[in-house]
Amino acid sequence: MSAAPFTDEELARLRADFPILSRTVRGGHPLVYLDSGATSHKPTVVLDAERHFYEHTNAAVHRGAHQLSEEGTDAYESARATIARFIGAQPTEVVFTRNATEALNLVAYAFTNGTHGGGGGRGDRFSLRPGDEVLVTEMEHHANLIPWQEACRRTGATLRWVPVTADGKLDLTDLDSLLTERTKVFAFTHVSNVLGTLNPVRELAEKAHAVGALAVLDACQSVPHLPVDVTELGVDLLAYSGHKMFGPLGVGVLWGRAELLDEMPVFLTGGSMIETVTMESATYAPVPQKFEAGVPVAAQAVGLAAACDYLTALGMDRVHAHEQAVTERLLRGLAERPFVHVLGPADLRDRGGAVAFAVDGVHPHDVGQVLDDRGVEVRVGHHCAWPLHRALRVPSSTRASFAAYTTPGEVDALLEALDRVPAVFGTEVPA
Amino acid sequence: MDLYQELILDHSKNPVNHGLREPFEGESHQVNPTCGDEVTLRVHLSGTGADAVVEDVSYDSMGCSISVASASILAEEVTGGSVEHARATYEAMRSMLTSKGEDPGDEDVIGDGVALAGVAKYPARVKCALLSWAAFTDALYKAEGATQ
Repeated sequence: MSAAPFTDEELARLRADFPILSRTVRGGHPLVYLDSGATSHKPTVVLDAERHFYEHTNAAVHRGAHQLSEEGTDAYESARATIARFIGAQPTEVVFTRNATEALNLVAYAFTNGTHGGGGGRGDRFSLRPGDEVLVTEMEHHANLIPWQEACRRTGATLRWVPVTADGKLDLTDLDSLLTERTKVFAFTHVSNVLGTLNPVRELAEKAHAVGALAVLDACQSVPHLPVDVTELGVDLLAYSGHKMFGPLGVGVLWGRAELLDEMPVFLTGGSMIETVTMESATYAPVPQKFEAGVPVAAQAVGLAAACDYLTALGMDRVHAHEQAVTERLLRGLAERPFVHVLGPADLRDRGGAVAFAVDGVHPHDVGQVLDDRGVEVRVGHHCAWPLHRALRVPSSTRASFAAYTTPGEVDALLEALDRVPAVFGTEVPA
Repeated sequence: MDLYQELILDHSKNPVNHGLREPFEGESHQVNPTCGDEVTLRVHLSGTGADAVVEDVSYDSMGCSISVASASILAEEVTGGSVEHARATYEAMRSMLTSKGEDPGDEDVIGDGVALAGVAKYPARVKCALLSWAAFTDALYKAEGATQ
């Protein structure tokens, strides 16, 4: 039997764990926060975990031999183990970064460094040269596009991309001509941050491997919302951010297969990531330390581990079922409104909990303003996916995105606020 | 909502003097990177120095009601006036829009621009209202260089 959405009682209890959800905005309206795809709110257990670290064990971890340093290091490495377990990984496969953007840049720079024989890498897998190709998709967040544009610019490799269909899915018709033996990396998103499109990760990873390319996954919009097990996805490297999954700002994760991380050249260099250093050169620490230059983000890692524990206690299958139910409610409501057009897959099975839409004759900024006037907070703009909007022939869009704490009532509040839009802008269609 | 006054909606639905025209001495293209809104704006001047007059402001604006209305109000307020008047209008608009609601705007200086006073209370929207003005000051600078 599949998991059930949260009951009203469970939701009320869960929401009480998030202090910010009880505040009001814009002159007394209850906060209806439908922008969790941008960043999620934090439950008290996460805030407490971070505070506890600072109050009791604050230290520069992996440096020094005093008691605080030992306890801090222990807290940091325990957090790594928890976070690894959450995605079915081994602790040595988990690298902490400042955010998912840095994790993806780490990989792109590893390729550049490898091209020039630097970064302490081994083998030729992490290199890009003229004639080599990097394949991305047209639905990528800028964080999984621009690092590859720059990597290609630095190395002379060629960037190619999989286009999207009119209903916001990957157009795989010509995949065999795009993904060839020239392709060294295929970088794509698990779930579109704009359209919610759920991509066939396993199939794409297998196709990448068939031509000898590495599969790099942007999992920012999947790890917080559905059960993710890296051993089942088949990808080689995977990045996500902590703050979108109830964790603190300032911590992201790069997961990679152990033997790959071992071969991979480093990106940022400095303290903590070395083995030996002379005035002429340095050798680097084993994985994962070699990718964690500088004083690590220990308090944030501890907070993120608390967020993983919190989500595990909720049950990721139930979180997913709940967000699906809320998404379905919104899709149904939007379908009843002829002045609204959903961008992206109409079928619930092909999508996650982000719904972008266009309102006839009204710019998304103006739509968002009318919603905000009622305390309904959505994202407006191109959501860091400008090429995707160009492909869909809209300048920008309005997006509602969900989390475990989203209620059916909040979806209804969005729909009610949306009904004011045509009247405010005089775009009503005569009956 | 006091943000969307009738005057703003009128300007956004029927923007004054919109479209790109010849002749012009200065042109500027500005983008709001948070939403992808764009404006291309041209300035046609006659005379130089203290006698310089803004003969025409033509523009192509793709954006929200606030940014389109602001471009329309700009065209209405500065076209046919002196360059000096145009600069004073810009300064008064900028002052009002960045005042966080402290400066209600002077109708004698900025005309319909006072309808945009409410924007100042929404920091995320100030850029929308200033986009065409940024294009105008840039195009004016280029036009003055070209006519000297």
